[in-house]
Amino acid sequence: MSLVSVQKISKSYWRDSLEIPVLNNISFDVPEGEFVGLMGPSGSGKTTLLNLIAGIDRPTQGAIMVSDTDVTRLNESQLAKWRARNVGFVFQFYNLLPVLTAFENVELPLLLSKLSKKERREHVEFALKIVGLEDRMKHYPKQLSGGQEQRVAIARAIVTDPTILIADEPTGDLDKSSALEILNLLERLNSEFKKTIIMVTHDPRAAEKAHSIRHLDKGELT
Amino acid sequence: MRVFRLIYKNMLRHKLRTMLTIIGIAIAVVAFGLLRTVVTAWYAGVEGSSANRLIARHSVSFIFPLPLAYRDRIANVDGVERVTYANWFGGVYIDKNQFFARLAVDAETFFDVYPELLVPKDQLDAFKKDRSGCIIGQQLVDRFNLKLGDIMPIEGDIYPGKWNFTVRGIYKPRDKTTDPSNMLMQWQYLDEKVRIDFPTRAGNVGWYIVEIKDPGKSAAISAQVDEYFKNSPAETKTETERAFQQDFMATVSAIITAMNVMSFVIIGIIMLVLGNTMIMAARERIREYSVLKTLGFSSFHLIGLIGGESLAIAVLGGAVGIALSYPMVAGFEAALPKGWFPIFNLETITLVLASSSALLVGILASIFPIQRALNTTIVDGLRQIG
Repeated sequence: MSLVSVQKISKSYWRDSLEIPVLNNISFDVPEGEFVGLMGPSGSGKTTLLNLIAGIDRPTQGAIMVSDTDVTRLNESQLAKWRARNVGFVFQFYNLLPVLTAFENVELPLLLSKLSKKERREHVEFALKIVGLEDRMKHYPKQLSGGQEQRVAIARAIVTDPTILIADEPTGDLDKSSALEILNLLERLNSEFKKTIIMVTHDPRAAEKAHSIRHLDKGELT
Repeated sequence: MRVFRLIYKNMLRHKLRTMLTIIGIAIAVVAFGLLRTVVTAWYAGVEGSSANRLIARHSVSFIFPLPLAYRDRIANVDGVERVTYANWFGGVYIDKNQFFARLAVDAETFFDVYPELLVPKDQLDAFKKDRSGCIIGQQLVDRFNLKLGDIMPIEGDIYPGKWNFTVRGIYKPRDKTTDPSNMLMQWQYLDEKVRIDFPTRAGNVGWYIVEIKDPGKSAAISAQVDEYFKNSPAETKTETERAFQQDFMATVSAIITAMNVMSFVIIGIIMLVLGNTMIMAARERIREYSVLKTLGFSSFHLIGLIGGESLAIAVLGGAVGIALSYPMVAGFEAALPKGWFPIFNLETITLVLASSSALLVGILASIFPIQRALNTTIVDGLRQIG
């Protein structure tokens, strides 16, 4: 059964009066529990497609069904709530808030939930334990290595137990060993915790971890 | 962790910048408070004026005297309750820097028309019995360490000669706007001496103070008084005490207007200072705001974060400024020649204006950064490098 269904999606950007097509009539499904890799050259539309699935951008045409929700039909406020419940994000540059500790960064998405302080603490500690950073809870991002920052970001992505995990080049800013750690962690989240993962990557080693690979070129699936 | 904690942490992100902004706001609030206090002090006489008192003075200028004979005719005008009169005495006490109002008044009626000057009855009786007696305000007692029975020697200028007055009474102001620094001596004593030394100036008063029954009829009564003396050698101009005080203020109105304008320009400057800080902060954090939006934080949350930080800085700056205003106003008053402003207080309305201005500035300064944060799409925000 497919968890994500991308249906005839097109996306164009406008620069002044010039239309720049980025995605052209893309359709594909992602089954529940799948680990999908999106690959392609720069400018092929990988990140744009990822953003559309995650509900942080809107297509020019087409529909995107996640579970039973057509995310393209939600307004901004509904989308924000939907993202909070259903999507976990892992960015290339971690995007942690520098003024917050690892614990507080991971706790951020839970502030939107109705969990008590105690429950939030339990969830955050569990997430940090999964990524192996239970002893770095009080550290600020600048006190962590790149790999550790990315692990905090992954903990933040999984702390709400989202439906899908979206990862945009999660190893793009890491050295080889840190990248391997992150990929192993994502693989573990997929196999052990049954998380559906859609990952954009340039890295062939990263792609090896995915169950299936989709190639994009000039806005079309190949 | 709460959103408040994030606001607090964001404030401390650039400690120096936040501190300088808070200091900037505090200085502006102090300057605002000081200017408003000076303006309020100028207007203290106007604020202290009574609605049921009219002032009848010479139509040309209040420095020209009016005959004492006018008193009874004014008293006979319909609607007039009581009439008293006063003369500006002037003179120098100790030296020219010791400024306070010295007035020759009708001992029998003056304090009835000015019930806000609270004099114990025995002291008032003693004053009435002593031609060379005087009643002084509590502020003069404190300032010159005077007591009942002390002699106050005055070197006359308008009425030349050496004058010695015995302190027979001390008045306390009933209201905050009542001048506590007047020296009041008997007009009859002045007139007696003037009859001997300057006979042509005898029998004249500076102005009449007319107490009326119904303040609503002040215009009609004023017109009637002036009508009585029309085409006489000393025509009158009668107006409410407030209008009289405002006429007096007109001589310095340009300065007061400038100070009023300046006080509000200062509010504009605070807004620019805080606005600049908030715009810089928002520009640096646009990527973080996009991350928060990605995580599901709504526009409402971002408004709370940015607006909360702006308000917190403004409130802190305002609070520091208000706390500093008290010693600054006291220091400013101490630096002025004594008696320059008999009433020089940091008024509640000034504090309310200063704090509400700080709040308003906090809100206004956050509008542009909020607008920018909300209008930037998540995709654009994530691409931004702060």
